[in-house]
Amino acid sequence: MNGAHDVGGMHGFGPIDPEVDEPVFHAEWERRCFALSVAMGAYGSWNLDMSRYARETLPPGDYLTTSYYEHWLHGLQRQLVEHDFLSYDEIEQRMRTLQQASDHAET
Amino acid sequence: MPGYIVLGKRSRHETMVMPEHHHDHEHGSHLSDTELRVRALESLLVEKDLVNPDTLNELVDTYEHKVGPRNGARVVARSWVDPDYRRRLLDDATAAIDEFAFTGRRGEYMVAVENTPTRHNVVVCTLCSCYPWTVLGLPPVWYKSAPYRSRVVIDPRGVLNEFGVTLAENTEIRVWDSTSETRYLVIPQRPAGTDDWSQDELANLVTRDAMIGVARALTPDALARAEAAS
Repeated sequence: MNGAHDVGGMHGFGPIDPEVDEPVFHAEWERRCFALSVAMGAYGSWNLDMSRYARETLPPGDYLTTSYYEHWLHGLQRQLVEHDFLSYDEIEQRMRTLQQASDHAET
Repeated sequence: MPGYIVLGKRSRHETMVMPEHHHDHEHGSHLSDTELRVRALESLLVEKDLVNPDTLNELVDTYEHKVGPRNGARVVARSWVDPDYRRRLLDDATAAIDEFAFTGRRGEYMVAVENTPTRHNVVVCTLCSCYPWTVLGLPPVWYKSAPYRSRVVIDPRGVLNEFGVTLAENTEIRVWDSTSETRYLVIPQRPAGTDDWSQDELANLVTRDAMIGVARALTPDALARAEAAS
């Protein structure tokens, strides 16, 4: 299936910009997102092609303007919901709870 | 970038942009939607006993500190000194790499491709980020980025030039597009002046970029300069 991810041969993405002494991860959430994806993948409810497809369901505009591990996060969340591990409602609710706890901790 | 805001502390190499509606301005907190969502997933999955935080920490540690291009460098160095191993590697890279019993998830079906004086190989995954984790670890951001994925397949010579690899006009370039099933390891040419080097010493000349195919193996001089600088 083609889509925004199928960039081979396209023009206009600008220069390649290698980072000197690049760290493996650029933020703590990337570490957790990576590990969660690998750990949950081990259940075998989905394979690698299904994971990639889930990432590719990001709307094209979002796919091209979000980072690599944001693609993973989108894919992981979608797989978890589709395979009944979690629901969107409980994810949103937990986000609100965590945000409130964080706000509380700051004051 | 109209309609988008940049969130979080990120390097220019991994700029994080999210559509504005994804961000909840009311809280005014430093936690981005992305950070919150990852924390929410982890907290729910741990609570339901679907993942163990220790397992997550171990996975991070493995891929951050234990699996990386040093693995691939050992494979390449052995292929430079051991003609039988080189033959096995070119014949069935999956089995030849398994001889090393590296830690972490196994690579999928592996193919090793050798650079020669007349042929240069370079690897990409145009659709995403397929990469031989077992021998190279996790891929750098540029490998996963649209500029590399889009351009190396239509202008490999130009891209290689930008990485500092200038090839003769008549050098054939083969670009290998990875898939989730098949991953590639480039065997760079052994640098001149290394005839009396041991396998372990040779491994120091083999960089990640050389095994992707966007660089040559280091020369002894280049290695000496790199070591003096660090």
